[in-house]
Amino acid sequence: MFIIRKKRDLTPVTKLFVVDAPLVAKKAQPGQFVIVRIAPSGERIPLTIADADAKAGTVTIVIQEVGKTSRQMGLLKEGDGILDFVGPLGRPAPLTDKGPVVLVGGGFGVAPIYPIAKALRAKGVKVISIIGARSQDLLILEAEMASVSDELLVATDDGTKGHKGFVTEVLKQLIDSGRDIELVIAIGPMVMMRAVGKTTEPYKLKTLVSVDPIMVDGTGMCGACRLTVGGKVKFACVDGPIFDAHQVDFDEANRRGKMYATEQKLAVDRFEKAHHSGPCACGCGGGH
Amino acid sequence: MPDNETTPAKRLPVKRPRAGMPTQDAKARGRNFNEVALGYGEELAVGEAERCLGCKKPVCQEGCPVEVRIPEFLGKVRDRDFRGAYETVKSTNSLPAVCGRVCPQETQCEIKCVLGKKAEPVAIGRLERFVSDWAMGQGQDKPAPIKPNGKKVAIVGSGPAGLTCAGDLAKKGYKVTIFEALHAPGGVLIYGIPEFRLPKQIVAEEVGNLEALGVEVICDVVVGRTITVDELFQQGYDALFLGTGAGLPMFMNIPGETLNGVYSANEFLTRTNLMKAYLFPEWDTPIKVGESVAVIGAGNVAMDSVRCALRLGAKEAAIVYRRSEAEMPARHEELEHAKEEGIVFHTLTAPVRVRGNADGWVTGLECIKMELGEPDDSGRRRPIPIKGSEFTLNVDTVVMALGTSPNPLVSQTTPGLDVDKHGCLVVRDEDGLTTRDLVWAAGDAVTGAATVILAMGGGKKAATAIDKVLQEAK
Repeated sequence: MFIIRKKRDLTPVTKLFVVDAPLVAKKAQPGQFVIVRIAPSGERIPLTIADADAKAGTVTIVIQEVGKTSRQMGLLKEGDGILDFVGPLGRPAPLTDKGPVVLVGGGFGVAPIYPIAKALRAKGVKVISIIGARSQDLLILEAEMASVSDELLVATDDGTKGHKGFVTEVLKQLIDSGRDIELVIAIGPMVMMRAVGKTTEPYKLKTLVSVDPIMVDGTGMCGACRLTVGGKVKFACVDGPIFDAHQVDFDEANRRGKMYATEQKLAVDRFEKAHHSGPCACGCGGGH
Repeated sequence: MPDNETTPAKRLPVKRPRAGMPTQDAKARGRNFNEVALGYGEELAVGEAERCLGCKKPVCQEGCPVEVRIPEFLGKVRDRDFRGAYETVKSTNSLPAVCGRVCPQETQCEIKCVLGKKAEPVAIGRLERFVSDWAMGQGQDKPAPIKPNGKKVAIVGSGPAGLTCAGDLAKKGYKVTIFEALHAPGGVLIYGIPEFRLPKQIVAEEVGNLEALGVEVICDVVVGRTITVDELFQQGYDALFLGTGAGLPMFMNIPGETLNGVYSANEFLTRTNLMKAYLFPEWDTPIKVGESVAVIGAGNVAMDSVRCALRLGAKEAAIVYRRSEAEMPARHEELEHAKEEGIVFHTLTAPVRVRGNADGWVTGLECIKMELGEPDDSGRRRPIPIKGSEFTLNVDTVVMALGTSPNPLVSQTTPGLDVDKHGCLVVRDEDGLTTRDLVWAAGDAVTGAATVILAMGGGKKAATAIDKVLQEAK
């Protein structure tokens, strides 16, 4: 069991957990992920590491309640245990010595961008961060990002905070303003990462993204996470999860991400039914 | 009764045909995950044991990589001393209930049985299973306390090689810790081999018996990521054993392999066995099977996959294999079971591309017919494509069961640990000493994908060598 030391609701559907996992904490590098399982009958899901404290022996993860497992995980409280918490897996983000680096975080993708910003900053690399969400109340870790960025730019789809529109528009303005940029790293929803790649490609600006495919073991054993990068099949769990945005076949990755959409809906519906209609087994009274 | 009075040679063997294995009805079992082979009862077991000639020179034993004293345990079964028979088997084999189910006895011990020359060999494997199941029915092993020798050994991987090595070392007084990457111990025994051939409860009980010997199992640790080999030595382990298996799946590199509905056998079996996808949605992990499934390959893993596909609800589940039945690497018994269950066999057929629709889902497997030419390096006749014979199998799911190679996570993070061009760990002697001092290895990590019993044999040899080296180092 891996005990949850701290839990923070970042938005109504985005939750941050600080988990006791000393071995993982000691090894975790920005860009790596863990595989988590929360029940004996549960599935194994990959979650990108959002921070790690080797001294305290803790690892921070952020979940967005989309599927059944993430919703169920959202119900866990401080002091509760996570059954399995394996890692750190995948290759670390390449931390360049040369800046400035533009970091783009969309939605809960801001969480895994944070440790990259922190590490680059610690190396003395200039960090310009662009974070975005649909609306101000869905924007996460703004203060934390501000603390590790030389510049922080914000975009919201509805204009409730910062630029009204997409993070890619802010990025394009930044590039067009003639600013010196060495590297772009973008993490967020697949559509957003693809759009970032499309934005930077005409400028031949090196851009990395962190893909988030379906995984089972996370150690190279099953191949569920395979994707095509530069015409070659790669396993995100051992070859990635960070790849060149201009080489990733996003259409295929998007399709593969939806392989179990029907099953996911079924599982979510069953879960919602059990947890929202009247008294339920977990003792919540059906209120959550 | 004292053991020395029950040597098999003292009684005449009984002439009767080999006792058949009771099995679940083929039609019914093709739709459930319950065990296919039901096991001998006491009468069948005793009757079968009575067939043993009790040869003075027991050649059957020479065929057993874990050195089970076969005539001795058969004699005890014959005398209804089932506890004694179990103790005999267990003294050299840490996983008898597993071996009794999945060992290819027909190419190990039974092929050597003298009876086999004129009639059928003694069913040694079935009797091994019988005594193990009998003992499990009596509860967990209660081994006599073992005096610790003060030395610590770390074992990486809890598959058959690691578990065997752990058991042998624990019996000698070593403090043994097994590190497992997955969330449950057993390696291929739990993620690969299906429930209907090897119930997971059996694996759990065998692991429980090892824990009763003092072996510690720590799951959720990926050596090479969570901790390295060097760090394990820093933690005070005196020696290491790597039983990391061959976990990387191979694909064919034909077009369409990234379509939705194409699985590696590893993924297909892991979802089904380890994650219990056949219980979805009660269990959380889903699997897609569709109406028609093609499994490419004809080894044991292919047979396991195709039989799982049937049980997961496929209307048709087929093997696609580029050679003929005679060249199939699967165990004969698995092949027979698959046929009885209605598995379709497309032999002399090679896939050339996976066809898909606009949404990226598999719609078919385009194949070409083959004929057999001259023998190749493997000694098997080389399949040659027949021009113009292309055709398409209408399938929803394709499973690639083409073999596996060792996972590089440990070798990549361990300076001085050499691998060959296939990614297999290089060993310096037949005990499995790697190119790093005090690090031994065995099983699929060394040999590439092979059998459970060979991995166990390797684990056993390594345990003996580790003991020898650490005792000399005193």
